[in-house]
Amino acid sequence: MRSALSTLEVVRPRSLDHALEALGRSVSRERLVPLAGGTDLFVYLNAGTPPGTRYLDLWGLRELRGIRVSDRGVTLGGLTTFREIREHAVLRRRFPSLVAAAAEVGAWQIQNRATLAGNIANASPAGDSLPVLLAHDAMVKVRSARGAREVAFERLYRCYRELAVDPDELITAVTLPLPPARSFAFFRKVGTRRAQSISKVVFSGLLALDREARVTHVRLAYGSVAPVTLRARRAERTLRGERLAAPVAARARAALAEDIAPIDDIRSSRVYRLAVAGNLLEQFLRTASRR
Amino acid sequence: MKRLLDVLREDCSLPGTKEGCGEGECGACSVLIDGRTVCSCLVPVVQVQGARVVTVEGLARAGRLSALQREFIQLGAAQCGICTPGMLVTAAELLRHARGRVPSEEEVREALAGNLCRCTGYQKIVDAVRAAARGGTSRNGAPATRLARAPGRSRAGTARTKRSRRRR
Repeated sequence: MRSALSTLEVVRPRSLDHALEALGRSVSRERLVPLAGGTDLFVYLNAGTPPGTRYLDLWGLRELRGIRVSDRGVTLGGLTTFREIREHAVLRRRFPSLVAAAAEVGAWQIQNRATLAGNIANASPAGDSLPVLLAHDAMVKVRSARGAREVAFERLYRCYRELAVDPDELITAVTLPLPPARSFAFFRKVGTRRAQSISKVVFSGLLALDREARVTHVRLAYGSVAPVTLRARRAERTLRGERLAAPVAARARAALAEDIAPIDDIRSSRVYRLAVAGNLLEQFLRTASRR
Repeated sequence: MKRLLDVLREDCSLPGTKEGCGEGECGACSVLIDGRTVCSCLVPVVQVQGARVVTVEGLARAGRLSALQREFIQLGAAQCGICTPGMLVTAAELLRHARGRVPSEEEVREALAGNLCRCTGYQKIVDAVRAAARGGTSRNGAPATRLARAPGRSRAGTARTKRSRRRR
């Protein structure tokens, strides 16, 4: 274990610009593997299956830290840890589902190190924070030595574990717009236990009602039920303009089965995941209608 | 690239921190970095430059066990002992945040959710953490357990690495 690790090289850039230059230069030879909190990467390193021999240590880059609040939303630096998300007063008030997701990532040890950009870049379809980012229409800022651009989080994954990000680009920040007025946000992860588990199904919803209790805005986002985290768009369509009632929920649930494509794997089964995904949708709608 | 865990155990001769799963699931390798519990098997040592690292060896002060350690002994919260150092440092973070308040059973269980124990069934651990927060059941009992002082160390287990000057 140790002997394998000691052969790995770490590049420690002094600034984001240095990091981007080093990353850009490495692409034509062996690409530097970006390293943040290490909570996913070190699992591979410790198992003797490192994804590369050269690493780019981002941990010390101040440009990638900090949570900034504006009147339009919130921007989280890529290195924001889940612990920082949990403890942030504005996030707790305005983005409770993100805080709830952060509280269920691993346990304290992982939350103190794991970063939001790391969760995105690791690109697991089970990533705990990812459905929340989808439900909130998150934008992802990426940068290379060539320049900066923004990508809608919904278009970030091309397919299973593949990001629409070039090899010389780094995720620098994530922006969440403030949710609509009178909206209700929800998060629930279903796993084998409440901590330290990978989800069987993970769900985040965001829903706004007008004064007549009709749905004006709805996002239903799921993880662990398809190759990528995805929105249940057919189910969303059945809800728009409707009042939340049992028949509406049943139609949404029926549509959901067309949106998602869960599989049998080591953590769960297709049948169980379909049932739980539907139950979570109904729980979300029931909870929202009681508010 | 070296892991913090290996540097602590081998280069610093602080074997209190244990390796369990090597993938961040069990918490046996927990140490505090700037007061926050982390799995030292997942931390490259280059990332602790300038940080304060506290292992289980650093919880005792001047040879006197901390209230947490005394309660773990008093209440039988340790059995095989492999999880104990990690439990203690994570509980130390919890008690520091609690600032004298006694955390609820639920809070203790959440804080320690990343520290797995296969012996105790957790109840005695939870009780020991809460007893330490209350000021300890063993306060008026036997004299505090003394620790052998490591020669040449004022506080074994606490290391502050040199902070490099920030270059631009």
